[in-house]
Amino acid sequence: MINSILAVSLNLITGYTGQLSLGHATFMGLGAYAATLFTLKLHFPFLAALIAGALVAAFFGFIIGVPTLRLKGDYLAIATLGFGEITKNILMNLKITGGPMGLRGIPKVTNVYIAAVALFLVIFSLNRIMNSRVGKSFIAIREDELAAEAMGINTTQFKILAFIIGAFYAGLAGGLYAFLFRYINPKDFGFMKSIEILCMVVLGGMGNTYGAVLGAFIITILPELLRSVSPVIAQYRMVFYGLLLVIMMIVRPQGIMSAQALEKKKYKSSLEKGGL
Amino acid sequence: MDLEMFFEQLINGLTLGSTYSLIALGYTMVYGILELINFAHSEIYMVGAFVGLAMVTVYKLPFAVALVAGMLGSCLLGIIIEKAAYKPLRKANRIAPLISAIGVSIFLQNAALMIAGPQARSFPSGLNIRTLSVGSVHISTLQLLILVISIVLMVGLQFLIQNTKLGQAMRATAQDKEVAQLMGIKIDSIITFTFAIGSALGGAAGVLVGVYFDSVDPTMGFFPGLKGFVAAVLGGIGNIPGAMLGGLILGLVEMIGAVYMSRYKDAIAFAVLIIILLVKPTGLLGRNVQEKV
Amino acid sequence: MEILEGHDLTMVFGGLAALTSVDIKIEEGEILSVIGPNGAGKTTLFNLLTGVYSPTSGKIYFKKKEIKNLKPYQITKLGIARTFQNIRLFGEMSVLDNVIIGQHCRTKTGIFGAILRTPSVKKEEASVNEKAMDILKFVGLEKVYNEKAKNLPYGKQRRLEMARALATDPELILLDEPAAGMNPFETNELIELIGKINEMGKTILLIEHDMKLVMGISKRIMVLDYGKKIADGPPEEIKNDERVIKAYLGESSRREGRAC
Repeated sequence: MINSILAVSLNLITGYTGQLSLGHATFMGLGAYAATLFTLKLHFPFLAALIAGALVAAFFGFIIGVPTLRLKGDYLAIATLGFGEITKNILMNLKITGGPMGLRGIPKVTNVYIAAVALFLVIFSLNRIMNSRVGKSFIAIREDELAAEAMGINTTQFKILAFIIGAFYAGLAGGLYAFLFRYINPKDFGFMKSIEILCMVVLGGMGNTYGAVLGAFIITILPELLRSVSPVIAQYRMVFYGLLLVIMMIVRPQGIMSAQALEKKKYKSSLEKGGL
Repeated sequence: MDLEMFFEQLINGLTLGSTYSLIALGYTMVYGILELINFAHSEIYMVGAFVGLAMVTVYKLPFAVALVAGMLGSCLLGIIIEKAAYKPLRKANRIAPLISAIGVSIFLQNAALMIAGPQARSFPSGLNIRTLSVGSVHISTLQLLILVISIVLMVGLQFLIQNTKLGQAMRATAQDKEVAQLMGIKIDSIITFTFAIGSALGGAAGVLVGVYFDSVDPTMGFFPGLKGFVAAVLGGIGNIPGAMLGGLILGLVEMIGAVYMSRYKDAIAFAVLIIILLVKPTGLLGRNVQEKV
Repeated sequence: MEILEGHDLTMVFGGLAALTSVDIKIEEGEILSVIGPNGAGKTTLFNLLTGVYSPTSGKIYFKKKEIKNLKPYQITKLGIARTFQNIRLFGEMSVLDNVIIGQHCRTKTGIFGAILRTPSVKKEEASVNEKAMDILKFVGLEKVYNEKAKNLPYGKQRRLEMARALATDPELILLDEPAAGMNPFETNELIELIGKINEMGKTILLIEHDMKLVMGISKRIMVLDYGKKIADGPPEEIKNDERVIKAYLGESSRREGRAC
């Protein structure tokens, strides 16, 4: 469920607003570290630490977003990747973050109910945003940035806003993660994690919140499932995982629940009802 | 930093940088033609190193044969990957091939882990390596060899692209696939060829780095792969001389930076990348393309 | 009174001058057409006026306010809207949402308002929807409001672009080849629509190749050739202007293939 929040938050940036980010795990990591430090050093209660962590992540979303979002497409992807690696490198070397050893001794607070409530709140608020003027502007930017600007949308500002919101949710997920596993280290939030989150979004279908949730569940459960099927496969499960990603993309490049496929269905059913 | 140390770091940087250049070329060529970040390239590089290693240790062949075999192995792998994982996706959106590439990367890395195990292996080159001393500056012949091989390969590539019919077809395809096709160029074979060449260079880099650090392991591709890509962007992605320049600059910056703040070596590379992207987003030698309205 | 003025506009792309000291003046309420052979610099002129490019030299005033260095979204907010030569709709969004986006700069719901859905937000949403439907009725697209924009036939996409531009509540509308690719019947409908928009009190600046449309509705016509203004006047005058005829029909083979 934590992965679902991550996937949903990246979907806002990449799926809805169309800005490819390869450093989303950075925000998760920042949220996790911030929430942990607020608890361990300043003795914040759980909820306050969680929100403070998310706010810190959102703040860094702003800091990183302002320079990088002037870039487009693959260049943006690389810049976010770069920031991710820099952040990891810094976390590895600072004393307060415990260096490569990470931080331990975090109380275990997160449970399945708390995660479910968090996921619900994230999806609920995101749905409201996406149905509003703000969300429609995000989609307009994805569809045609120049036309969006011609419609009076301050595209830079709205892209940064999408980044901040996405970072906030990712930071929240990071906090939940820290309070679940009780131990965090910089490697948990590296490039591979960013890629994993991106895979969830693409697998589920870009631009669809529930698709992102579904993608997150598949990516999270798949390796475990492969492990349980047979011990032989267990040994090779990461090999299969890689293969499956390739096959998935070839069979259904638009993802399982793509925005397009769903729209078609909706449109059809409204025709059948004699709507329009 | 005294002068001798500076020179040594300069040579270290150039050696490292020339291998980054070789890797960067693979990224840049593929990007130039397909606009795809070939994430599997770092694994192509790793496989090249392993093939080279097998030649030397299992078949007791000399280093030169190992280098060529590594290049051929990577070349073959590159072609297979292109046919299997990217070609079916040529009409899909931008992100699907990217994920497919990541899938290939995960697959290869773990397949290698399974076959070769996680431990790093030493790479005996069988070469007679000496240390040359000019004053108090020490340079190993291995470094010189790596530099020379890299430069020869890069000059060869430049010749191929600028002066042959095949190279002309590659440039045409990179500019506009549809028009190239209308001109009678078989773009499918050009794309395959591009993968083959780029992968072979990656394989060469794998063998050279394997010998340089005397270590080969299944995850060795990750960081050099990332940095090769950074080098490609630095020079202007899709731009071949840019990739060479980018690699050398990145190697130098890293080595010189390492003297002052060794713990942040990796961060330096990426910081340089971000600064370049912000100042000149198309890279050092990239052209500025204004969006047509 | 002039609503828009451009003085001495020059635009150079990498050593190539797309426009050379062009002056343009648009009176409030008029329909001004810009014509000229392909590559004459018409669209470049539009891009300067709407802030997509910043001119190499020259000045632009909208209602006496300098707008040369403003960004496109700021210019839209001041009251200039445009359509694009190669249609640029938000393809995956519904027809209605395209028009709603047009009202972006006249509304103000922010992120917290969106999450909390306060009464004022709901009210704004209702009025935005209502106004969008009104505009769709005005251009005759109300029946397809729920379709995706990319699924509309070509002529309707052109009209949706105009509806979207109208939704920004502009005083001046720039139309870039609105009749391109339309059949004569659709063109007639378009002439009617442009007339109606003008009657609403909106000033219109038009780029067009269709001479029937241009001669039919323009109050004034400006002719560009090789990035320079070669004529400016009422339709009858332009029709008989020697230089214009030369530019279009060509005096020699050097213009071969460039005639309209």
